[in-house]
Amino acid sequence: MRGRTLVDKIWDDHVVVEVGDGLDLLHVDRHYVHDMTSPRAFTALRERGVGVLSPELTFGSPEHSVTVLPGRSEASNPMSETFVPLLRTNFEAHGLTLFDIGSPDHGIVHVIGPELGLTLPGTTVVCGDSHTCTNGGLGALGFGIGTSEMAHVLATQSLVQRRPSMMRITFTGSLARNVAPKDLILHTIARFGADAGAGQAVEFAGPLVESLTAEERMTICNLAVEIGAKIGIVAPDDVTFEYVASRRYAPTGSALDAAVEYWRTLVSDEAARFERDDVVDATTVAPQVTWGTSPAHSIPVDGTVPDPGDAPDDATRRQWAQAMDYIGVAPGQRLAGLPVEWVFIGSCTNGRLSDLRAAAEVAAGHRVAPNVRALVVPGSAAVRRAAEAEGLDRLFTGAGFEWGEAGCGLCPGLGGVHLAPGDRCVSTSNRNFMGRQGKGVRTHLAAPATAALAAVRGYIADSREGA
Amino acid sequence: MEAFTVVRGPAAPLMLPDVNTDVISPAHGGRGDLAANAFAPLRYLPDGSDNPDFVLNRTPFRGACMLLAGQNFGCGSSRETAVWSLRALGIRCVIAESFGDIFFGNCFQNGVLPVVLEHAVLARLAAEAASGAPVEVDLTTTTITPPSGGAIPFAVNATRRQQLLEGLDDLDVGIRRRGLVTAFQRSDRNRRPWVYLEGGATRRTAPDGQGRSSG
Repeated sequence: MRGRTLVDKIWDDHVVVEVGDGLDLLHVDRHYVHDMTSPRAFTALRERGVGVLSPELTFGSPEHSVTVLPGRSEASNPMSETFVPLLRTNFEAHGLTLFDIGSPDHGIVHVIGPELGLTLPGTTVVCGDSHTCTNGGLGALGFGIGTSEMAHVLATQSLVQRRPSMMRITFTGSLARNVAPKDLILHTIARFGADAGAGQAVEFAGPLVESLTAEERMTICNLAVEIGAKIGIVAPDDVTFEYVASRRYAPTGSALDAAVEYWRTLVSDEAARFERDDVVDATTVAPQVTWGTSPAHSIPVDGTVPDPGDAPDDATRRQWAQAMDYIGVAPGQRLAGLPVEWVFIGSCTNGRLSDLRAAAEVAAGHRVAPNVRALVVPGSAAVRRAAEAEGLDRLFTGAGFEWGEAGCGLCPGLGGVHLAPGDRCVSTSNRNFMGRQGKGVRTHLAAPATAALAAVRGYIADSREGA
Repeated sequence: MEAFTVVRGPAAPLMLPDVNTDVISPAHGGRGDLAANAFAPLRYLPDGSDNPDFVLNRTPFRGACMLLAGQNFGCGSSRETAVWSLRALGIRCVIAESFGDIFFGNCFQNGVLPVVLEHAVLARLAAEAASGAPVEVDLTTTTITPPSGGAIPFAVNATRRQQLLEGLDDLDVGIRRRGLVTAFQRSDRNRRPWVYLEGGATRRTAPDGQGRSSG
């Protein structure tokens, strides 16, 4: 028998029926639902007079529209005033579990799913959110879906999908001091391009990945979609099992033992075939910052903005020129030293406890520069509590950072905070697209340490130098 | 869903790579409806006036029913508003070198046909379409007829094609398969009992949020 990849194995175990022409009806084990993309999915159910097939497998959280400043309620901004009650009403109507604002379990779905033990190795996890690939950090098959597909999942707990082809990226070497997994994945996206993984699922492999914590693996998988892959995944191992065990919705006792036995089989066979099989050496990777309007526009923080004249083709040349015009940088310019107005630390990419610790380490003993407004937004209420238990909130506020409530916040330019056209923001999130953080706002993606350093310096700087 | 059979008209060339769904359907367009907000970062200048360089602002591409695009069109966010925005502009077909996967899937749920063409074929089509002369896309024959004539064949998944021709989205078909899923779940419960949160998830949420006791 031909070798199977990790994704093949999970896929095969979820095929309800082959519907023909290479499409499978795939069972969905976990459906996460947030406020922004769900309303019309529930409308579709009402229009067709169908209910939710498996309400016990559906979980929601209002995360996108909610204000992330302290003391918030759904009334804190007009968008959440519309979307949060709508989500509540839809969840109540169908008897679904909502982790509402104010609940100790509230947070960004891709943070709370793993945290609560809902995301488990070998499960299929979908959400109307492209960063559902984050869940691949635990060996789950997670991918984003559209609103029509959400309606399909609600009604049938399944989806019609084409099996992706497989790509593997093996990381070798080790990360230098003060270089984060975020830097490694930004470097990787820049090297292969924003469309390298189109139509594929990416398995991240190798000794370096095996040495990463579950949270770090989630950061890597989170950005798989920025390489064009709907799915990013790391084979589950003891690190994963230890992370998962004892979480609320995870199996316990003999059920856990049986699950672990199965999860151990979820590795790509030696003979498995990958359409693409690439190796990235992590050793020389420097802290990354993006200069343009795609995560693929990442360069070492001590590097220079490229020249459109060096672009591989005419369309890319025009894209680079347009990006430079929008971001306000010039060919050959160094990013280090560029003054910034905003710093955002948080999101489903970098809103976990280890991310906040990395930022705090840089911020400790310093002050946010007078030209900067810096927000730290925990990815979940649980992350917030854990950070407060170790005093990170006091460290941040003492240094002049604002300490927010859980939510997506500034990543999609929401959160009750408004950046002005032309504002420059160093952000630990995942997208620097034109207008993403607000009309005309210029985003530079970076790791938590780089973002924290920009906050205290007031300009982009090399985190290897320290604050 | 509106069926797709044949569409004919000007095809606007937007030959940039990585045109993402935040650009196609910005959250911060500030102009009210999907049609007005569509492509806002490319379509409007900072002062709010029309950007004369943007293809959909130029005659004869205002109101074009087709879009020609580069690599990775529709990458980024899963937001289906990107497809709804195209529909609001009157666009029924996007022909590109490659697509963002989620956007590609969303098109079929909204009566929009996404077509992948090789770089060289697409470049020739774009050059011809630049005059604004009509292009015809026929899903019944799976061919594109450029202004100069001839036929460019294209590939589309047979199931997807049939559903588009009949105006069916996945939910129309999927509702009939609920029994299959229930049967799958019955046998899967034996194989993977830990997937199924028996008794309902709500009951397992401890009131203090501190998790359940082990056991």
